[in-house]
Amino acid sequence: MDPECSKLLPALCAVLADPRQLVADDTCLEKLLDWFKTVMETESSLHLLQDHPCLMELLSHVLKTQDVSPRVLSFVLRLVGIFAAQEDCFQYLQGELLLGLFGETGALSWTAWNMPSVRSGWIQGLCSLAHHPSALHFLADSGAVDTIFALQGDPSLFVASAASQLLVHILALAMQGGASGSPISEAAAWPICAQKIVNHVEESLHSKATPQVTQALNVLTTTFGRCHSPWTGVLWGRLSPPVACLFERDPIPAVHSLMDLLLSVARSHVLNFAACGLWEMLAQTLSRLSPTQAGPLALGTLKLQHCPQELRTQAFGVLLQPLACILKATTQAPGPPGLLDGTAGSSLTVDALLSSKSACVGLLCQTLAHLEELQMLPQCPCPWPQVPLLGATVTILRLCDGSVDPSSSMGGRLCGTLGGCVRVQRAALDFLGTLSQGTSPLELVLEVFAVLLKTLESPESSPTVLKKAFQATLRWLQNSHKTPNCSDLSPDALLFLGELFPILQKRLCSPCWEVRDSALEFLTHLIRHWGGQADFREALHSSEVPTLARQLLQDPESYVRASAVGTAGQLSSRGLQATSASPENPLAQQGLLMDLMHILSTDSEGFPRRAVLRVFTEWLRDGHADVIRDTEWFVATVLQAVSRDLDWEVRMQGLELAQVFLIQAMGQPSLHCPYTVGLPEATSPRPHPEFLQTLCRLPLFEFAFCALLDCDRPVAQKACDLLLFLRDKTTHCSGPQEAGDSPNSASVEAVLQRWREGEQGQPLGDLEPEAMLAILRSLDLEGLQGKLAKSSDHVEKSPQSLLQDMLATVGILEENEADCY
Amino acid sequence: MKLYCLSGHPTLPCNVLKFKSTTIMLDCGLDMTSTLNFLPLPLVQSPRLSNLPGWSLKDGNAFLDKELKECSGHVFVDSVPEFCLPETELIDLSTVDVILISNYHCMMALPYITEHTGFTGTVYATEPTMQIGRLLMEELVNFIERVPKAQSASLWKNKDIQRLLPSPLKDAVEVSTWRRCYTMQEVNSALSKIQLVGYSQKIELFGAVQVTPLSSGYALGSSNWIIQSHYEKVSYVSGSSLLTTHPQPMDQASLKNSDVLVLTGLTQIPTANPDGMVGEFCSNLALTVRNGGNVLVPCYPSGVIYDLLECLYQYIDSAGLSNIPFYFISPVANSSLEFSQIFAEWLCHNKQSKVYLPEPPFPHAELIQTNKLKHYPSIHGDFSNDFRQPCVVFTGHPSLRFGDVVHFMELWGKSSLNTVIFTEPDFSYLEALAPYQPLAMKCIYCPIDTRLNFIQVSKLLKEVQPLHVVCPEQYTQPPPAQSHRMDLMIDCQPPAMSYRRAEVLALPFKRRYEKIEIMPELADSLVPMEIKPGISLATVSAVLHTKDNKHVLQPPPRPTQPPSSKKRKRVSEDVPDCKVLKPLLSGSIPVEQFVQTLEKHGFSDIKVEDTAKGHIVLLQEAETLIQIEEDSTHIICDNDETLRVRLRDLVLRFLQKF
Repeated sequence: MDPECSKLLPALCAVLADPRQLVADDTCLEKLLDWFKTVMETESSLHLLQDHPCLMELLSHVLKTQDVSPRVLSFVLRLVGIFAAQEDCFQYLQGELLLGLFGETGALSWTAWNMPSVRSGWIQGLCSLAHHPSALHFLADSGAVDTIFALQGDPSLFVASAASQLLVHILALAMQGGASGSPISEAAAWPICAQKIVNHVEESLHSKATPQVTQALNVLTTTFGRCHSPWTGVLWGRLSPPVACLFERDPIPAVHSLMDLLLSVARSHVLNFAACGLWEMLAQTLSRLSPTQAGPLALGTLKLQHCPQELRTQAFGVLLQPLACILKATTQAPGPPGLLDGTAGSSLTVDALLSSKSACVGLLCQTLAHLEELQMLPQCPCPWPQVPLLGATVTILRLCDGSVDPSSSMGGRLCGTLGGCVRVQRAALDFLGTLSQGTSPLELVLEVFAVLLKTLESPESSPTVLKKAFQATLRWLQNSHKTPNCSDLSPDALLFLGELFPILQKRLCSPCWEVRDSALEFLTHLIRHWGGQADFREALHSSEVPTLARQLLQDPESYVRASAVGTAGQLSSRGLQATSASPENPLAQQGLLMDLMHILSTDSEGFPRRAVLRVFTEWLRDGHADVIRDTEWFVATVLQAVSRDLDWEVRMQGLELAQVFLIQAMGQPSLHCPYTVGLPEATSPRPHPEFLQTLCRLPLFEFAFCALLDCDRPVAQKACDLLLFLRDKTTHCSGPQEAGDSPNSASVEAVLQRWREGEQGQPLGDLEPEAMLAILRSLDLEGLQGKLAKSSDHVEKSPQSLLQDMLATVGILEENEADCY
Repeated sequence: MKLYCLSGHPTLPCNVLKFKSTTIMLDCGLDMTSTLNFLPLPLVQSPRLSNLPGWSLKDGNAFLDKELKECSGHVFVDSVPEFCLPETELIDLSTVDVILISNYHCMMALPYITEHTGFTGTVYATEPTMQIGRLLMEELVNFIERVPKAQSASLWKNKDIQRLLPSPLKDAVEVSTWRRCYTMQEVNSALSKIQLVGYSQKIELFGAVQVTPLSSGYALGSSNWIIQSHYEKVSYVSGSSLLTTHPQPMDQASLKNSDVLVLTGLTQIPTANPDGMVGEFCSNLALTVRNGGNVLVPCYPSGVIYDLLECLYQYIDSAGLSNIPFYFISPVANSSLEFSQIFAEWLCHNKQSKVYLPEPPFPHAELIQTNKLKHYPSIHGDFSNDFRQPCVVFTGHPSLRFGDVVHFMELWGKSSLNTVIFTEPDFSYLEALAPYQPLAMKCIYCPIDTRLNFIQVSKLLKEVQPLHVVCPEQYTQPPPAQSHRMDLMIDCQPPAMSYRRAEVLALPFKRRYEKIEIMPELADSLVPMEIKPGISLATVSAVLHTKDNKHVLQPPPRPTQPPSSKKRKRVSEDVPDCKVLKPLLSGSIPVEQFVQTLEKHGFSDIKVEDTAKGHIVLLQEAETLIQIEEDSTHIICDNDETLRVRLRDLVLRFLQKF
């Protein structure tokens, strides 16, 4: 502990022990505990206590009087736990103090025990303390374990959950100490503490009360999740029969906890599943639970790495069942083979689908989400029934938009239930997007396009549904008839686009800004992917889409303006801007540049301005015609606008643009990678002196220096990087001049100094490159970089500052108190 | 109780309810879809319409070519448009006591009923209903009278000839009853019979029933009606809406506990959500105008147009349409826009509170002030000077058969830049467009119907729980075009009773009680006896007086002294004499105790048999049996009057007398 803190500690302990002093802020105490924990990592807690008698005084004061606030009581309990985690300190405290705090006559008998925070402190204190065999004896002798059992049912959920966690911790500690290496096959030979916990769990499993069963299951779930020693196998061997008995009950108690346990056990590496009957239990559970309950278990089962194929098939069947029902209810002829040939369990699913709207929607959304998750996993079942799944998803979407002509009465009811259901539409569109990765027959792809068009066109589609539909459309366009080395759109996709653009036109005029925004985003993606393709360009040109998109630069909603900026930028990059043909009409093209400049300098919202800079940076990087025409003017104008901007992200983007400009002129930054040391140094082009003049004229230097002092750290960091890059590139450029040599550079230094002091109004004035380079070299950029790399509150975060703050707050409180009288 | 169904149109109902001694007409909607069979009435001479070829029969017989014209494969009647009236033969309409109007769209047939059937009763409606109803009628009369047509076609209506015509003329029903539009004089006379009412106002009809209008949330002043007597309640639900638009919200709670709920006026587009349609409307409008085209919105002069203008008010700036003129053209445009602002008490809460600021409740006032919205009585006059394109025009009539809209269809129909957007759901847009084909202009159908949909109806029925529901037959099956949509029909228990045009329904409940008042002095003389805790009985001897459907029990006249002289008979002698009545008995006979009592009184050899209705006590010795049932006791003995009296007295011991 550093001496400054040591000095402050006695005063702080006095404050904490004084019931009249209110520690107003809980987070201070938390921070204090964190600090003690870090100190304890490197120092002996025994020495700490011995060196700081004030700490012992605080502890014994609390023990004697308990007249401090509950939050200080809780703090002390946790603090003692942290100290006692080291065995020698534990021995030191063991006598009166530990028993007095954690024993039956301790905290339990205090009136403050009623406060959940005190009970929670007691548990957390024990949890920190239980790290060595002596602690186990203490726990056994003090009767704490029985209290923990009781706390499992605490009205405060935090306390109850912490109690269960503590039991697991103690059990693990006991077994770790008891069994060294090979498992003790006989549970009877386990340490007493462990036996007690296991007996309690077993009793709870036999209980008729669901909360108790749940507690026991949670303890076991955590145990199997955390402990992977061989003894867990013995534990499961002993407790699996009562767990199996739970499935015999009707209704099955604590279904969710039971499923969690089974999956937790199944994920454990130590068990021999075949021998312990886990697979049978999982199979039985899957067949017994309702479709909605079984879904998560089925997904969990499929995610398991070593799982028998038969069980995987069953679990996959559970997930497919609802979609199979949908297909069955809506398919007129027997048609191609469906998802599932057997009908086992389908009546349960049908009941769930038809029982109520909420049940139907819930089951379908869950199923679709599970299947979507599954398809992305390496454990994805193979063969994947792409065709029927796609068929079912399209059918669900058509049930939602009311365009299915169902063949059965169940189909009719589903039609009514799902009509216009936004939740199901969203889930189905998400899954549809994921399904685009698979290979599908052409007629199904056409159906997908048709249903997507319908959704995008329908006035009933909500903005969120439209967004999802746009995303799914993009994925299908990217993946339809994907052939290697060919990014062209398929003829079907082109036909689809022909129908899509009129819809997109309408959506760009939607009164709902979310719709306009997602339509623009979608359009930007389209252009980015296929803007170079002739067919696409022709389809786009023959529509009003580019004109409408351009008009949205004036949209009243800033998000839409930002997206419109992106779209317009992209259109222009590809030579697809609204006005007929750009080469013949450079003025119109220039118009967009000026429009964007206007947005950059006048828009009241940050998003559009950021978007403009992103577009400009891209234009500069890609050598956009308008930018190349007069790059210097372009960069100068942008930097001028950006330097005044109040949005730090805009200033960051400005630096990014400046960096792109520099890299283009001076080459890539040299790599500081250790592995490149041996390589011959790449000859980077030496910057032309005229270029340095340009930099001064732009004024890029001034912008970067200004940003270096920016109050927003990321901006300053970026500026620092930029200047370092500049310095690297100009090392060989300079003449013999040193900083301060020229009067010019002295004045710059003076200005910079004033800037540092907060007077930023004054410009640097016209500067010579030499002066700039001199200053560049005189600045301690590396030092600054290191400083900036630390988090902005690193000073305020120091323990010393924490202690001072706590003392100061108390002081203020005192003053206030005085004011009252 | 009977319901006479005079209209087959579910949203333009006209029913007559006979309830107690009253005859109440519920709405008198006018089915205007008949006008779709006629050629449009152009405001400006239209060479296209006047040069249409006459229609001739397949055999070349052209005797109908003056009456019927052919246009793009459709045949239209070239005559003044005619309307399909409610059934007038099913019931003598002169016997109708009152007409209850639920909203301004459902009163358009009023002049036909009040002026031509001998009707002498009263019409009840709220003030906005009457005023806006007047505007709608005025506009209709104006539209039709403005374009006088020399010829009136009637030959084609001949049944034998009609059979030979192509569809849809061939299938048009009741063509013989179709009538030309009424005159302004008839409108005024009909409206003079209206008595204005306010929501929740109780109106007594002949002391027999009470009628009350309730807010229905559909339009300014729109109402549902409660028709109730002391023990029966009939609710009449016409166009109602649960959406938050401009009118006062719907009062659902007062519909609870109805014996019968007559349900009409549900949405005509059950699958379209009005919000989505408004979005569609705005998008298409903006798209057209941005491309330099004009937008035509055929509409009524009141109702949805207020909401559309409000949406546009919020939308035009954001869509960059601030410079686009909006024109509202109707002979009643000015009155409609102004009326909407003065009916504050009939508006939704939000709009009501604006009045206190004070601000106009509808933002169209600001649109007018800023010259973004301009209104004109017709295309003639000022409009032609101000007219600027591209623009948006709201004008009637939605059938596209008369009104200024006809002119704009002719004017703009040839350019694909222009768009016509249908928002009124009353007419099939394809049929409305038929005489304008071929048409280059874009057509967008976004019907906005805020009336209840089937999901809302099923929630409403669950909440108000009527014993019986009566509705048009169209609501008891899915729409023909979507026969699988079982959710698009009324689903309730017991199943709804359905009606169709010209049908008489006997409503399925019997009146069981009638309220009778007791005069105070008579009530004073009653001596109730408690026969069960909380239930007391008293016998009453009185005279029942019935006048104006009110029943009163009055004290009986004092027994008159026998006439001392031979004077002329006095009136009071007509009153029937009140005989001294035997006391009434109540209670039940506990068989076991009764048997014990019999034994105490010397009867022996008693047997008790249980029967379905009670018990038989057999006195075998005396050869007598006593039959005890719930509501009667018989002593059957063989001519032994003493024994019977003894037994009777024993029975009476167990009963209370009063």
